[in-house]
This record gives sequence, C-alpha cells and structure tokens, in this order.
Amino acid sequence: MSTTTTASPTEAKLWGGGKSPFSVEYGKVMMWYFLMSDAFTFGAFLISYGTVRFSTNGWPDPNLVFRSFPFAPEGINAPLVFVSVMTFILIVSSVTMVLAVHAGHNMDKKGVVRNMIWTIIGGIAFLSCQAWEWNHLFHEGAWWGRNPFINADGTASSSNFTNFFFTITGFHGFHVFSGVLINIIMLIMTLTNQFEKRGHYNMIEKAGLYWHFVDLVWVFVFTCFYLL
Amino acid sequence: MSHTNDTHAAQDGGAIAEIKKVTIILSVLTIVELILGFWMIGMESKALVLGVKGTIVILMMAKAFYIVAYFMHLKHEVKNLIMTIVVPLSLFFWFIVAFLADGNSFRNLRNTYNPYYKEQSTIKVVQPAHGEAHGGGEHEAGKGAGAAAHTDSAAHHTDSTKKQEAKNEETKH
Repeated sequence: MSTTTTASPTEAKLWGGGKSPFSVEYGKVMMWYFLMSDAFTFGAFLISYGTVRFSTNGWPDPNLVFRSFPFAPEGINAPLVFVSVMTFILIVSSVTMVLAVHAGHNMDKKGVVRNMIWTIIGGIAFLSCQAWEWNHLFHEGAWWGRNPFINADGTASSSNFTNFFFTITGFHGFHVFSGVLINIIMLIMTLTNQFEKRGHYNMIEKAGLYWHFVDLVWVFVFTCFYLL
Repeated sequence: MSHTNDTHAAQDGGAIAEIKKVTIILSVLTIVELILGFWMIGMESKALVLGVKGTIVILMMAKAFYIVAYFMHLKHEVKNLIMTIVVPLSLFFWFIVAFLADGNSFRNLRNTYNPYYKEQSTIKVVQPAHGEAHGGGEHEAGKGAGAAAHTDSAAHHTDSTKKQEAKNEETKH
C-alpha cells in the first residue's frame, strides 16, 4: 500500500476511482476499440494485396483500367477523374458529419437533422458511384476470378488484380452501406426527439466516429488501388 | 478571433474554424495527390515513379492523421486513451515491412529458381477487350473482338491459368 501513497498525486487522482480516467463514456471507448480491430481487418486485406503485388512480376496499370466516366462516350480516356469525384463526395460527407456532431454538442436539433441528411445523401451518392463502377467493370469482363486487363508491361495478367480490387472495395462499400444505415437510424432517433429526452447527442458522436473511419479507410483504398 | 465575453460562442467559433481548416487541408492534400497521379501517367524514369509513389504515401499518412486527429477528435482526448489506440496500431509498421519484404523475396526466388515462371512473365500478349473496345467506340463490336483476343491470349497462359479460365467458362454457363 505504501507504493500507492507515494505515487504522484495526479496519478492517484486519475486512477483513484470516482472519476472516469479516459473522460469519455463507455460506448465511445468501445467504438474506438471496435474501429481499431476493424483497422486491422482492412490492414490485413491491404497488406495481403501489397504482398501479392510485390511477389508478382507484372501488374495491370490502374490508369488504363479505371478511365471511364458515367454518361461519357465509351471511348473516353479519363483516368483518376471518376475516383476523385468519389473521394471528394466522401470527404464532404465526413465534413457534414463533423458539423452534425458539433450541432449535437450545442443541442441544436435542427443543425443535427440538416447535417445528418447531407451526410446520408453523400453516403448514398458514394454507393451509387461504386455501383456504377462495379457494373461498368463487370461489363468489361472483370469480376472475381477473371481479369480482362493485361499487365502494364504487356504480359498476361492473373486474376489477382480483380480479386483484390472487388474484395477490398466491396468490403469498404459494405462499411459505407452499414454506415448509411446507422446514420439513417440516428436521423430517425433525432427526429423523434430521443436525444432531446436523453439530454445529450452522444450517439451522433459514435455514429460519427464510424463514418469518419469509413472515410479514413477510403483514403488508403483509393491510394493503394488507383494511385500507386 | 475576438475574445467575446460569451465563452460558449468563442469555443463554437474555434471549433467551426478548426473544421474549416481541416477541410481545406484535406482537399489540398487530395488535389496534390491527384496532380501527382496525373503526372505519373506515362512517366519513363523508374526512380522518379518510385519517388512520386513515396510522396503519395506520405500525403496519404498526412490525410489519415488529419481525419483521425481532428474529425475523429482523437487529438483532444485524454492521453491514456490515445495511447491505448495508437500503440497497438504501431504493429502495422512491422506487418507492412515484414509482408512486403516477404513478397519481394518470393518474387526474387521465383525469378532465380523458376525459369518457367520467369519466361511466362515476359511473353507479351495482345491487349484484349479494353483498349480495342475503347479505341473503336463501338461497344458490341469491341466486346466480340475482345472475347476473341481473350481466348488467343489464353494460349500463352500458364497451365494453372488455363485451368482457371476453364473453371470460369464453366461458372459462366
């Protein structure tokens, strides 16, 4: 017992009980730990993609694969354009989510509702873009197990490229989809005054953490598949 | 920012200003990444490509930092909480280095000891579907030509890919 009494006073205060040492609520800490584990899942996917790419002599050139744009003529050569639109949609929806959380802090129900609606619209827009891109690639012959794109050096490619692309963007897209569902539930709870009754908008913060994580993962997926 | 008596309003303005600042930083970083990406198209020098890719990875890490620190508010949390999240994630340093080095080593070993693999990965094939279909602008015609080119190129594939293709054909029907 003598060791605890000799410990520094601030330490004793922080962990001495009667006070939350992390000064956040339980649900938020658990959301952080869930996101940490999810980061390892995505990390495992992306690292295995990198490992396979490093162990192969040739790899398709993303600028030749992802170069189409919706409503554009079939022969268009616009690499990176569509994916930058998708990236900006997700960044903007992340910003509106921050604004919703901020409005929640001020108990501003109107602000929360407005920004949640914008966030949901952004999420749906992103999913639509991804659906279009998948559909387009599918019609070009790309899918799990088949890859119509040859390597950048002109040699025959394997289906590793498409397998990783569809698996990882699919897993990310599923996260976006569940994020949109969570945001819709949060919007309904806001509209039915559940948070007003509780006296705080902490649930919006937790949904916000998840939504930002989805944006964060896209930063990595976007870089690994379209830029590198 | 003027120091008003209403501290609540002052905090409010500060938070909004921070959100604006981070939004601008993220947009600028993304635009720089895209400019580098465009610049890389058709770049000849292997060393320069590697340098640009390294820069893009650094910019990516910067973006990740700004999202986690400011949008996810981690920077303003208690230090102990930050540590319980960031310290386990530092395992990624090891994962990335170990696995990428392993992949690279596997490629070197195959190129050294598996002449068949090496030969297969130097045979040039005809670009199927994609280039033709897009150059021609006629989707249907391009698709047909692409399918033909696809079977042609299959002849150059290794046995395992041939089997793969056969399997795909089966699943298609």
